[in-house]
Amino acid sequence: MGIKILTEHINVPGIETLEVYRKHGGYRSVEKALKTMSPDEVVEEVKTSGLRGRGGAGFPTGMKWSFLAKPEGVPRYLVCNADESEPGTFKDRYFMEKTPHSLIEGMITSSYALGANTSYIYIRGELMFVLRILEKAIAEAYAAGLLGKNILGSGYDLDLHVAPGGGAYICGEETALLESLEGKRGNPRNKPPFPAVKGLFASPTVVNNVESIASVPWIVNNGGAEYAKIGIGRSTGTKLFSCSGNINKPGVYEIELGVPVEEFIYSDEYCGGIWKGKQLKAVVPGGSSVPILPANLITKTAAGEDRLMTYESLSDGGFVSGSMLGSGAFIVFDEDQCIVRNTWNYARFYHHESCGQCSPCREGTGWMEKVLHRIEHGHGHQQDIDLLVSVAKQIEGNTICPLGDAAAWPVASAIRHFRDEFEWHIKHPKEAILPGAVYRGQLATIEA
Amino acid sequence: MAKITFDGIEVEVEDGTTILQAARKIGGSVVPPAMCYYTPLKGSGGKCRVCLVKVTQGSAKDPRPMPKLVASCITPVQDGMVVENTTNEDVLNARKGIVEMLLINHPLDCPICDQAGECDLQDLSYEHGVSATRYEEERRKFNKIDLGPYIQLHMTRCILCYRCVYTADQITANRVHGVLGRGDAAEIGTYIENVIDNDFSGNVIDVCPVGALTDKTWRFKNRVWFTKPMDAHRDCPTCSGKVTLWTRGEEVLRVTARKDQYNEVEEFICNTCRFDKKETKDWTIEGPRHIERNSVISANHYELPVLNVPIVPNLPSSTKKNLPQE
Repeated sequence: MGIKILTEHINVPGIETLEVYRKHGGYRSVEKALKTMSPDEVVEEVKTSGLRGRGGAGFPTGMKWSFLAKPEGVPRYLVCNADESEPGTFKDRYFMEKTPHSLIEGMITSSYALGANTSYIYIRGELMFVLRILEKAIAEAYAAGLLGKNILGSGYDLDLHVAPGGGAYICGEETALLESLEGKRGNPRNKPPFPAVKGLFASPTVVNNVESIASVPWIVNNGGAEYAKIGIGRSTGTKLFSCSGNINKPGVYEIELGVPVEEFIYSDEYCGGIWKGKQLKAVVPGGSSVPILPANLITKTAAGEDRLMTYESLSDGGFVSGSMLGSGAFIVFDEDQCIVRNTWNYARFYHHESCGQCSPCREGTGWMEKVLHRIEHGHGHQQDIDLLVSVAKQIEGNTICPLGDAAAWPVASAIRHFRDEFEWHIKHPKEAILPGAVYRGQLATIEA
Repeated sequence: MAKITFDGIEVEVEDGTTILQAARKIGGSVVPPAMCYYTPLKGSGGKCRVCLVKVTQGSAKDPRPMPKLVASCITPVQDGMVVENTTNEDVLNARKGIVEMLLINHPLDCPICDQAGECDLQDLSYEHGVSATRYEEERRKFNKIDLGPYIQLHMTRCILCYRCVYTADQITANRVHGVLGRGDAAEIGTYIENVIDNDFSGNVIDVCPVGALTDKTWRFKNRVWFTKPMDAHRDCPTCSGKVTLWTRGEEVLRVTARKDQYNEVEEFICNTCRFDKKETKDWTIEGPRHIERNSVISANHYELPVLNVPIVPNLPSSTKKNLPQE
């Protein structure tokens, strides 16, 4: 087992209470930062650590913080993006449910670094029970003087609020999140201006993922340089992976970035191999929006090197033969899973979740879903495959926010790598609609 | 002041101007189309994506190109920026794709639509669309929504530009309609049956780029291209009273605000002028209105695109070239 930063004490009974959490070294970073460090020093430490945003885009957190505009007399805000709704991702939910104080500690330290006196945790509306856990923990922190006026006698004030969303995937996009937090319809904003200049209530705002914020206390306690030693190259630190699909041990795993993908799938320490000893067919390594990779390309890059669980290695080969680390939702498919059905399922999700603001995404997601629905249900035409590729291309890059890209990539990559499976569905509609029917390569044997 | 090169043409504009406004300063066929952006409405733009352009040089200081196509209506210019619109194949292809997207759920009922002849979407699809559709699925349908005695809403024709929402927000006292639902189920509506009744509510008809919001006092009376536009004014206590009358013979069939070549109103007008003053004696006629705007119908160009913009492949970036003239 490698080093654990986020989940070290996660299984300690009562860790959700302040008392137990402090016993295990909790809130040390708040004392250290507020009493001995200046805000800029904290930002510097985070920059040195090389911590990259854990929400999906992988943008360096320290860099994001240093972009924050600091005009006089204007409040600044830190918003924690806990609107985790990407299919396959459940790491933040697990983390907040188990150790709410870790997030609160991270929020205090990060808010101090950014000079924010009011911070928000925007949590997904479906996670009301986690919201209650967080609110209870926040009340404890207020009572202990860790939140509110003059925290630990340092003269720094911070108010922390938890705000639930209404259950829209789009509100995980940072500007839509801010709109929603302001009480408006959750439509993404046009950029520029970026949130770092004009975010929440038209003030400079930083929006960070739960995991990014929760990594800050460790960095403050142990130093950024120490954090940078963990991991490989520019992928520093540890990362939570939400593993699901046909594996023996689905769940949330914290790993040091740099573990080989093959080891991650088959080692008993992590996923524990494919369920019932079946063959691996494909993996979506970073949540439903990243390109799907077939078995041969997920374990080895196109150049034949071992693929590692890092930002760089997973995206090696670009969109032709690579994918992305994304939010760390590792979805594994065995030989009995139908890629067409799965792609349709994803397309259906993006169709449902498109906000409808800009035309390529509003119309294109629905179009792709309908075509995939047809193919899956035995009414496809041969030209539909090229049509899907073309529609995906028309959406990609032409939308206001990344939801358009997220909808286009899974479709485009599934066709790129599993085109014969789509063709088989179209050529053999009667077999393809049988329950459990799966295409198995050139010598297809159908299991009904 | 910022100097930019747009399609090989240099133009100097105020700092903070958008790329689209800079292009409009040049004028002619290089101007990107705009379906959702509307100069008099603050905050509009960025939604329809038909005005996408390629920025091949960000600014004189930072000459890197912008990675994606940008919406020209909301992107401010930088000194030394180089922008390609009609000279870039990617831009024209992307625009073609977006026009296709706008049309897949559009009913294409132009023959019975009152907007035909002055419809932005109609013009745009002749310029950039394709003649056949690849969409075989069912189109989305909505029930007609009654918005009171003056305005008819046909949601099926709507392209969700949000212009009418901004209009109601910015020039009327209180907005009673908005966008409900999301994705392709999003619709303009009042949620609880409500009448859009306000001195300036009729302006939502003028800003609508398609036939989604039409004037009930004019519906099915005549076709736009059979009527004669006349500039006229009256002494109106609520608005400027400067309008365009659309007449046939002695009859005033409809009254609209005066619109420029980009279909943007010069001044918003009140409902009394628009709906109640339908007699020539109510107005002081100034003379025929010169309509600068090209329309597929007024130009009688059914068979050919209005502006047949040629796609020039592999054009070296920022080359000055002879642009197609109107």
